[in-house]
Amino acid sequence: MIEYFKNIKEVVGPIMVVENVKGAKSGELVKIVQKDGTFRNGQVLEVEQDKAVVQLFEPSQELQKSTSKVQFLGKCLEVGVSQDMLGRFFDGMGRTVDGDAPIIPAKFLDANSSPINPVAREYPSEFIQTGISAIDGLNTVVRGQKLPIFSVNGLSHSNLAAQIVRQAKVLGKNEQFAVVFCALGITKDDADFFIQDFTKTGAINKTVCFLNLASDPSVERISAPRIALTVAEYLAFDCDMHVLVVMTDMTNYAESLREISSARKEIPGRRGYPGYLYTDLASLYERAGRIRGKEGSITLIPILTMPDDDKTHPVPDLTGYITEGQIILSRELFKKGIKPPIDVLSSLSRLKDKGIGEGKTTIYHADLLNQLFSAYARGKNAKDLSTILGESAISPMDKIYAKFADSFETRFVSQGENENRTIEQTLNIGWKLLKVFPKSELKRIKDKNLEILMAEN
Amino acid sequence: MKGKITKVTGSLVVAENMQDAKMFDMVKVSSKGLVGEILELRDSNASIQVYESTNGLCVGDDVENTGHPLSMELGPGLLGNVFDGIGRSLLSLYEDFGNRILAGAGTSSLNHQKKWQFVATKNVGDEVSFGDEIGYVQETEIIKTKILVPFGVSGKILSIKSGEFLVDDIVAKIKTLDGTKTVSMCQKWPIRKPRPVKQKLPVNSSLLTGQRIIDTLFPIAKGGVAAVPGPFGSGKTVVQHQLAKWSDADVVVYVGCGERGNEMTDVLKEFPTLVDPKTQKSLMQKTILIANTSDMPVAAREASIYTGITIAEFFRDMGYSVVIMADSTSRWAEALREMSGRLEEMPGEEGYPAYLSNRLASFYERAGNALLFGKDKKIGSITAIGAVSPQGGDLSEPVTQATLKIVKVFWGLSSKLAYKRHFPAIDWMISYSSYSNVLDKWFNENIVFNFSEMKNFVTKTLQQEAEILDIVSLVGFDVLSTFDKIVLDVAEIIRDDFLHQNAFDEVDTFSSIQKQAKMLKNVFDYASFAQKAVDNGFSYEEIVSVPSKKSLAKMKFVSEKELEKLDKIAEDLRTDFVLMLQKEVIA
Repeated sequence: MIEYFKNIKEVVGPIMVVENVKGAKSGELVKIVQKDGTFRNGQVLEVEQDKAVVQLFEPSQELQKSTSKVQFLGKCLEVGVSQDMLGRFFDGMGRTVDGDAPIIPAKFLDANSSPINPVAREYPSEFIQTGISAIDGLNTVVRGQKLPIFSVNGLSHSNLAAQIVRQAKVLGKNEQFAVVFCALGITKDDADFFIQDFTKTGAINKTVCFLNLASDPSVERISAPRIALTVAEYLAFDCDMHVLVVMTDMTNYAESLREISSARKEIPGRRGYPGYLYTDLASLYERAGRIRGKEGSITLIPILTMPDDDKTHPVPDLTGYITEGQIILSRELFKKGIKPPIDVLSSLSRLKDKGIGEGKTTIYHADLLNQLFSAYARGKNAKDLSTILGESAISPMDKIYAKFADSFETRFVSQGENENRTIEQTLNIGWKLLKVFPKSELKRIKDKNLEILMAEN
Repeated sequence: MKGKITKVTGSLVVAENMQDAKMFDMVKVSSKGLVGEILELRDSNASIQVYESTNGLCVGDDVENTGHPLSMELGPGLLGNVFDGIGRSLLSLYEDFGNRILAGAGTSSLNHQKKWQFVATKNVGDEVSFGDEIGYVQETEIIKTKILVPFGVSGKILSIKSGEFLVDDIVAKIKTLDGTKTVSMCQKWPIRKPRPVKQKLPVNSSLLTGQRIIDTLFPIAKGGVAAVPGPFGSGKTVVQHQLAKWSDADVVVYVGCGERGNEMTDVLKEFPTLVDPKTQKSLMQKTILIANTSDMPVAAREASIYTGITIAEFFRDMGYSVVIMADSTSRWAEALREMSGRLEEMPGEEGYPAYLSNRLASFYERAGNALLFGKDKKIGSITAIGAVSPQGGDLSEPVTQATLKIVKVFWGLSSKLAYKRHFPAIDWMISYSSYSNVLDKWFNENIVFNFSEMKNFVTKTLQQEAEILDIVSLVGFDVLSTFDKIVLDVAEIIRDDFLHQNAFDEVDTFSSIQKQAKMLKNVFDYASFAQKAVDNGFSYEEIVSVPSKKSLAKMKFVSEKELEKLDKIAEDLRTDFVLMLQKEVIA
């Protein structure tokens, strides 16, 4: 017999309190049945004596306190997963929205998963060629990495993400891949851009789309990434696929989390975000990676916009502390017409050192990238100086550096949206640019590598 | 009598019927046996911090009090192992439960089935008191795990025998005034209680780390405390890893507190393949890892640093010098904040509890140099190095400030240096080491007589550079005096060719103190010669185009086996400048 509880005490925003409850479990799934037989989902956040605090996964609009009844399902939020989900569209709760038949799940998985034992992890080290010089050459991505894109409003981060999805491949291998796309509170236009791009390239048949658009209920943003990652885990670790997960925009996710926290009257941390924002974000991001003895992998690319272009805002800040680097887009470069406007100096890939070098890219890759970084940094500095003092006031060597910085931006960083450069092409461009310097300035390149470079070109 | 759950919120559980419980008693929650610890007692209710996921707990579930505090098992089998925040071996969890960590999965730290070769070093009839070594297990090629007489026990040995034993087997019996006590190789110690020492001692020697900016400019003493704050991407973790790899400590305890899972995997994979420069053996033989990754339950994060320091104290008590890294103490403080919020305590600054700085201080106080109990007057040390991750890189936030009140060494990382890929990005303008006074003397006596003079010269030059650069940004480079130009030139050599160190380069990753001293001497020599040349009226261009100057940039890639190459550079510099200065005399 199904047991219903009718004493809904209060509904405040996405939080509901039910009284006279027996046996409610922390974290269990809740079904709220309304008078007309329709239902909504929720989850128990807190139990105390005979009282349960429930977080709704759906908006509380038109929820009637007096006539609705609550059923506790005795299980956590589960996702029915199947390979048939590829090519299909879902909402933030994992319901199909494309009008076709619902999915017949191959199995059910806990949407919150469990932490991966660090002993069981395989360290990511396979070089992924994205065909984008600023990434491959300087901030190399590896399979199983979590690398966010920090953008600001009005920049072409969607184009960059789409280009990565289109071009990313592991050299010399032909493997099963899949894309899990999770839209969090973005506009229909932005979502359509991705969908059209996936359709054009044929990737759509290999893509699972979760769409929670700006007009959709914001509370569903809490469940959407968890469901998306559960599907990704299934495809990667059960079906041996290499899964690329794109989640956009994480700032909207954090705002929904803040909404729930404030409805629960919790003590806020920085800028009103809950104190557990770090832990919460980590419980999503850490699900990326590789596992020993499993063929598949999850590479995660969350996209977020920095409010007011501020990198120290809690969302980008805490994201940066969890992820393995970040790709930062710059408004300044964008205005100069550099596309993709990747600010290579503040961008970083923490795992690049394991993905480059002999047998992966080339033996001199590390030296070359260190040299490019330091030359570009000095060049930018020199340019700043020459704006203040005039070009004549800087040393002759600094003039060469300043010129290098310009050509580095226009020839190395800048590239067409459909231009897919091989790693050899990328490194070649870099080396050609460095040739303007006398040998004594190339301090970061070891002698033996310098000889190889000289001989090759 | 069993307690009953009345409330579950996040990692906090309240149980009633707990009137007999003591503060910080360890409890088992529900039939799953989740590990928890009592934080508050009110009437017959206890607030319990649960170290595992509380999903599925229900009002009315049982809570069983074990009656003793949360403890760590100490004994052979710690070295080379990896534990979670409450001391469960992740290696055994992996073997028993597979890829993921499930709630309620056992609590054992040591392998109780494995036999160890115990070697007795005392005989029947010997008088022993607590702290005395009665035998050891050669646990790895380089570390002996010594078996000591437990605290509070002293008397005459009734029986002792070498041989193969399980950790729980009795290896010796001691006749004391209150009867016969047995000694096994394994002991339990409450993680929140510091292990006692006879006397704390002042620090007197340097912990050498193989990192040039640290050893030369901001050295840390054996038994010292240091903090590494920095925004994300500034290389905190790499600094911590480098110290774990190359410092000349006997035992390294690395606590990954709320950090990335892949970082722990990296350590697990890389350390066994690295060779310790001091012993020429694999680094994993002297390393113990505590891994509480950011996706693991937040409460266990709070316990992880105590688990770590308890293990460190265990090895210190054997007379070893131990280093403990905590990466990152900010995540630990956040865990404290989260629990404090759930306990509905009045928040202090930025929501952190008012006792934050107190707790931090009591952690760092467990480090230090100490005279140990026992007849042979052993000395052991614990050096503690904590990373801090200030939100938004803002050093005025509470965790950084509370840490700075305690630590003596501050390696401040700056994103400005990191963007230039100047690593380690330790900003020499804000960093300091209060041990300099003590250690200067040590360096002069043990390494080279004028070490501190050369070091002061480096500090001074970098300070001058900053001042001159302020002028340059106003008036340009050309108008500077030759003297100032040379200062900039020397500062650039110091920054690029000495302080900059590539952790991922096979040779550059570690510099012995001898290599550092030789490199430093060459830079110092160049500066003095250049100075002399300026005094003799040579132009900036003439001085900087001295041929042997180029080889200064290659110094860091000189391998430890060919340090004489550095002496050759010194000779070349001397020859070039002598030639140059002679020209002047002839003209």
